[in-house]
Amino acid sequence: MSVNGRSEKLHSGATMALELYLDFFSQPCRSVFIFAKKNNIPFELKHVSLMDGEQYGEEFGKISVIKKVPALRDGDFCLTESIAILLYLAEKFKTPDFWYPADLQQRARVNEYLSWQHLAIRLHAAKMFWLLIMIPKVMGVDVPQDKMDAALEDLNGSLKLLEEKFIQDRPFIAGDHITLADLVAIVEVMQPVGSGLDVFEGRPKLTAWRDRVQAAIGKDLFDDAHQTVLGAQENVKLMDGSKLAFFKPKILKFFM
Amino acid sequence: MMELYLDLHSQPCRSVFLFAKAVGIPFEFKLVDLAAGHQYSEEFEKISLMRKVPVMKDGSFVLTESVAILKYLVQKHSSSVADHWYPADLQQRSRVNEYLSWQHMNLRAHGSKVFLLRALYSVIMGCEVPKEKMDSAVEDLNLSLKMLEEKFLQNKPFIIGDKISLADLVAIVEIMQPVGTGLDVFESRPKLTAWRERVKKALGEKLFDEGHEEIMTVGSLPQKLQNNSELEMLKQKYQKFFR
Repeated sequence: MSVNGRSEKLHSGATMALELYLDFFSQPCRSVFIFAKKNNIPFELKHVSLMDGEQYGEEFGKISVIKKVPALRDGDFCLTESIAILLYLAEKFKTPDFWYPADLQQRARVNEYLSWQHLAIRLHAAKMFWLLIMIPKVMGVDVPQDKMDAALEDLNGSLKLLEEKFIQDRPFIAGDHITLADLVAIVEVMQPVGSGLDVFEGRPKLTAWRDRVQAAIGKDLFDDAHQTVLGAQENVKLMDGSKLAFFKPKILKFFM
Repeated sequence: MMELYLDLHSQPCRSVFLFAKAVGIPFEFKLVDLAAGHQYSEEFEKISLMRKVPVMKDGSFVLTESVAILKYLVQKHSSSVADHWYPADLQQRSRVNEYLSWQHMNLRAHGSKVFLLRALYSVIMGCEVPKEKMDSAVEDLNLSLKMLEEKFLQNKPFIIGDKISLADLVAIVEIMQPVGTGLDVFESRPKLTAWRERVKKALGEKLFDEGHEEIMTVGSLPQKLQNNSELEMLKQKYQKFFR
């Protein structure tokens, strides 16, 4: 059952392919997509268009009660929350150890980042996308400068902690190898970038880390996953603001 | 011996404390008095750059984030910690992971906000909480509680089914935060109340009460803060939360 008819069958053979319900505007969707592709995990991509409000549809609500992407369906098992999905895929498909090391301390470092990021970088990076792209489009006004400044201050604080506590002088967050932590981090950091805020400028350490993460993922895959958000400024500009009006209550509640 | 840097006013500190005690993992309790601003001391900064509790120090290995600490304890003591806390079964474990991930921006965020508004707002901001702010925060909390009941618990005894897991533990300590301020979210929620009783029983009632003694007497916190020489410094830090 597809949400809107636009589902891609990316593998043939098995009768019940694993389904991933995704939209590339969403950071957690990108981490799940990249992980699955990188590890050659067969799945059927089910596009849930957030800009068209498909996350609020009745059909999708049966997969994801919380009405959010990403969501996974494996047979009759449905799962939400990208962290949970990534861990499920890693375990089920026995992905290489380095992604989520079995070593006690290394795994703890990955878990530490995956926990911290929710109310830190995820929150602050996501906010920039709303303030810079969505609110001007949907509400037809620019966000007041003091609110922008406060949001920027929060984002800078999180990026500082990412650099100084989580990366430090290591190649990657947990050490010498990329892990789920770096993957989850990079997709969040790319959200403000797609919104027109180059967070890498003036941050050589972060830039070097990004380059390593991109290389470990593979540039083509990385670019493929980020095409939508990097085109956000252009694409959202072309959208009909009135069709996005269903975002108004959320915007008023969270940002204004 | 493993050290746990805690203040039992903090929800994530309670989950770590209760878990270690419930499964019999020995630790040294190191108090970080949040109301006295100890998290901002130079001494504590050496332990954790994040300036937050809980922190675990196991030999030279320092770890923050309660969810990471709980999983570390389960993994390290796997031979003595019962499977149901963080099941080896893939689907059951995923249900725990799903809850532990969802809760940060939902029950945790909203329960904390209601707590901060009810317990700290007036002493930090010097005036009463605007009604709109309070109503909005309580509405968010109610939505999270609804999601907990309807999506995560449904008709099961515990979040993953028949037995308690890390998910229930992390959930209960967050709910107790606004409860400590006198907002009885269990009233008119019989399903949630029944679940709470099961969780208390699984942990041990005495232990549960011990862990929640501080938060249940949090009414005295504003007074404690008023008398605190660090009040001005704390005001500056906390005003950010109320922006």
